[in-house]
Amino acid sequence: MTEIEYDRVPDVAEGGPGSELATRLRRFWEGRPGLYGWLATVDHKTLGIRYIVTAFAFLALGGIEALIMRIQLAQPNEHVLSPEQYNQLFTMHGITMILWYALPILTGFSVYLQPLLLGCRDMALPRLNAFTYWVFLFSGIFLYASFLIGAAPDAGWFNYVPLASIEHDSGPNIDFYALANIFLGISTTLGGINFIVTILRFRAPGMSINRLPIMSWGTLTISVASVLSIPAVSVAFFLLWMDRHFGTHFFDPATGGQPLLWQHLFWLWGHPWVYIIVLPALSMVSQALPVCCRRPLVGYSLVALATVLTMVLGFGVWLHHMFATGLPTMALAFFSAVSIIIAIPSAVSLFAWLATIWTGRPDFSTSFDFFAGFIIVFVIGGVSGFMTASVPVDWQLTDTYFVVAHIHYVLIGWNLFAVLGALYHWFPKMSGRMLNETLGKISFWFVFVGFNVGFFPMHITGLLGMPRRVYTYSADMGWGTLNLISSIGAFVLAIGLLITLVNVIRSLRVGVLAGPNPWDADTLEWATSSPPPPYNFAVIPTVASRSPLWEARLGEARSSTPERGFALDHGKETLGTTMLDAVPDVIVKMPEDSLAPLLLSLALAALFTTMMVEAWFWLIASVVAILVITMAWLWPRRSLGEIEGSTT
Amino acid sequence: MWSAIGADWGRQPRILRSSQALGALLLQFYAAPASAKAPLSFLSGAGPRNVSTLTWGVLIISVLVVIITTAILLFATFARRERPPSSTSKERQLVSRAGNPVSVIYAGLILSTVVLFGVTIWTMMTLADIAAPPSKPSITVEVTGHQWWWEVRYLSDDPSQIFTTANEIHIPVGEPVAIKLRSADVIHSFWVPALSGKTDTIPGQTNTTWILADRAGTYRGQCTEYCGLQHAHMGFELVAMPKEKFESWRKDQLRSASEKSLASPGQRAFMQKCAVCHTVRGTRAGGRVGPDLTHLMTRSTIAAGTLPNRIGYLSGWIADPQHVKPGSKMPRLDINGQDLAQVRSYLETLN
Repeated sequence: MTEIEYDRVPDVAEGGPGSELATRLRRFWEGRPGLYGWLATVDHKTLGIRYIVTAFAFLALGGIEALIMRIQLAQPNEHVLSPEQYNQLFTMHGITMILWYALPILTGFSVYLQPLLLGCRDMALPRLNAFTYWVFLFSGIFLYASFLIGAAPDAGWFNYVPLASIEHDSGPNIDFYALANIFLGISTTLGGINFIVTILRFRAPGMSINRLPIMSWGTLTISVASVLSIPAVSVAFFLLWMDRHFGTHFFDPATGGQPLLWQHLFWLWGHPWVYIIVLPALSMVSQALPVCCRRPLVGYSLVALATVLTMVLGFGVWLHHMFATGLPTMALAFFSAVSIIIAIPSAVSLFAWLATIWTGRPDFSTSFDFFAGFIIVFVIGGVSGFMTASVPVDWQLTDTYFVVAHIHYVLIGWNLFAVLGALYHWFPKMSGRMLNETLGKISFWFVFVGFNVGFFPMHITGLLGMPRRVYTYSADMGWGTLNLISSIGAFVLAIGLLITLVNVIRSLRVGVLAGPNPWDADTLEWATSSPPPPYNFAVIPTVASRSPLWEARLGEARSSTPERGFALDHGKETLGTTMLDAVPDVIVKMPEDSLAPLLLSLALAALFTTMMVEAWFWLIASVVAILVITMAWLWPRRSLGEIEGSTT
Repeated sequence: MWSAIGADWGRQPRILRSSQALGALLLQFYAAPASAKAPLSFLSGAGPRNVSTLTWGVLIISVLVVIITTAILLFATFARRERPPSSTSKERQLVSRAGNPVSVIYAGLILSTVVLFGVTIWTMMTLADIAAPPSKPSITVEVTGHQWWWEVRYLSDDPSQIFTTANEIHIPVGEPVAIKLRSADVIHSFWVPALSGKTDTIPGQTNTTWILADRAGTYRGQCTEYCGLQHAHMGFELVAMPKEKFESWRKDQLRSASEKSLASPGQRAFMQKCAVCHTVRGTRAGGRVGPDLTHLMTRSTIAAGTLPNRIGYLSGWIADPQHVKPGSKMPRLDINGQDLAQVRSYLETLN
């Protein structure tokens, strides 16, 4: 769309802060001030921070829902919540955390960091980047609107039919989830495409694919997986919506439909999704932990391969969510074997981290604490997953609190611990100020102790037979003490997170100034100021190794030149390079701020609302609005080189 | 228990010692109270499908992996460490000449691959062992999940031997019993932890499983697939009894309700208030919505394992089911004290 080849050979320049080049670039790249600039911005740094803040807001919502549930479950036979309230809360908790927190937080870090890691000036498709953020936000608001009318989704996050069919759930509850899920899927799919193009074509010259920062491997891998897997769940929810509103029979057994079709479609997306929401977190650890250990990552190639291999195998294990549905033994055997063997690539990453720490010199920063804590909970979440992969054992473990413990070790352990470590690591880059280390360490211990006190006992509650998704339990089941301990742990964890929130707010005002590279780290994002200027890099850096800022000290013969490269100052421009070798290929004209992304997502929100309330006239009106806005968005522009003739 | 382990302490290889101590510790804390205090525990079983050996096997492997990796992590972090440079110093020293010890990864890779393949084989062997019962079951029980109770139907080629009960399954000890699983509404899951893992009941399809109890006893069962408002209160009991006792129980269950209570005031009230939904064989009460009540008083719980079947609970349940199980399909009837007493005294005759 925006890639146009030019005859011009770009100037090579040296640029630092305050140079004439920097001033000129700032004029092109700085967004307009005021409300318009706020709504129309396409700067990946602004959007990345918005993603992170919004995802943390959803984490807070999901967390509050969890704490209310933990009060209800703290003792047997409590009456804090009615069954209906409990069912809505556990469903919304799961949906919020898995869909509106877990990936968006990682997307936020990636949107902010990828162009900086790669040495370019923005995401490949900046307006699309803004669009995917707005769609993410509006789909979440759409979902939460269900609480306003007291009809939040209540069939669990995997929403099994026929419980979720119109016969058994006639309110609007399920429609909120179905439509919000499809709505969010648009954001995730397009976001994935944007990352794929950015990582494959917008790397700095010399950053051949084997020099790709390890974090980009995670993002690239899961972006491909998102694009491939999301259609399954979007189709599933669309068919369900058809069943519910037009009387089709895709899932209705009374008329030849298949309840298990839902489960296949759902888990065909659902299991890859589990890897989609943890692999980028793992790759953030692989990126930042070596910096904390003062050495490059051990086994870069193996870790990159393991990341891709995990994702590939992740597409072949969905049936392990369905071991109890009465499948033939042969199918069970295959899926059980793959589900056990998928642990092997995870072991590669684990040993790479351990070797990095062993041969490195840990700096005992808060980031390091979170990454070390992450490794322990990573292993616990890994082995409990390995246990559920063994079919006969899974027949006992599935749908008990053991699985609740497992998914929380994976989602909080693998995702949140990594994210908190990453926050302490990259906050200085994003804000220009350091987070307080003392508060950070206090926060870490609250989070680590609270998490383990809260969730480890759930393994045992599960082994003692407590089913998941029960709103209460009787005293003679022997689960009372363990549940009380879990509830206490949950609150300790919440306090730990609040301390980090206080730390962030405090540091934004009074934090120590960070400078460009406070951790003395090795990758390109640390070669520019903190926070980076709107154009990221005054000149496009040239890269000669995986650790461009450590080359001299690592004794590398080659040397990268972050300070000298293409100026690309004829307007908003960045460089496109070839896919494998990153040879300079095209000058890419980047779009200005635009309201089209916001307007298009508003029109989409209107479309989904009309589908919700069956307002057919307004539905057609929304479709027309969508077409008009899309046309305006795609209308060829001279400034983007989409019309022939001189542009500057 | 601890002292017994302590006595052996000096003689065994260290790894064996620690794994035994670990197993003993877990057993002491969780398995021992499990049988006594946690009726849904599956850590100790009473039949081959309980697979507690494999469960304990993978559990111990898992715990060992966690302990070993945590030890490596702590050692890697704290051992052989010079004082870290202050984190505020601008140019922090890099580890020079650290090499790239990829061999560590390969070693870990080989070790975990061996363990994982071993467990895969163990899994396949266990799976093959329990795929089919050791002998052909002579009894087939059809269990149908309803929101939120279990219909239990004993099948037979001879129609006169078929009968229906609810929320309580009786089987003979030492004999495999085939279970056919169906659903009347949404997906439920059938689970008797001490005897067998879960199998779902799915509308539109019939799943089959089998169950075998080595010991006589009462085992708790529970629905484990989330099925709506009262998923929490969808339990049942499975009673394994010696063959002769089972046969006499079966004969009793085949009887219709006793004739002498016919046309009592209690029965009239029952017909008026309850018969639309409940069946009492031998009377005109033929409702199929709720559980068959022909032999209600032989069952030990009511409301699907929610309350003990004692007269006070029964009265409370009839008077206000929505208080006990909010959302239950049994409506709150406006039933006056006299009718309630009569219905209750009629139910007491259903044994």
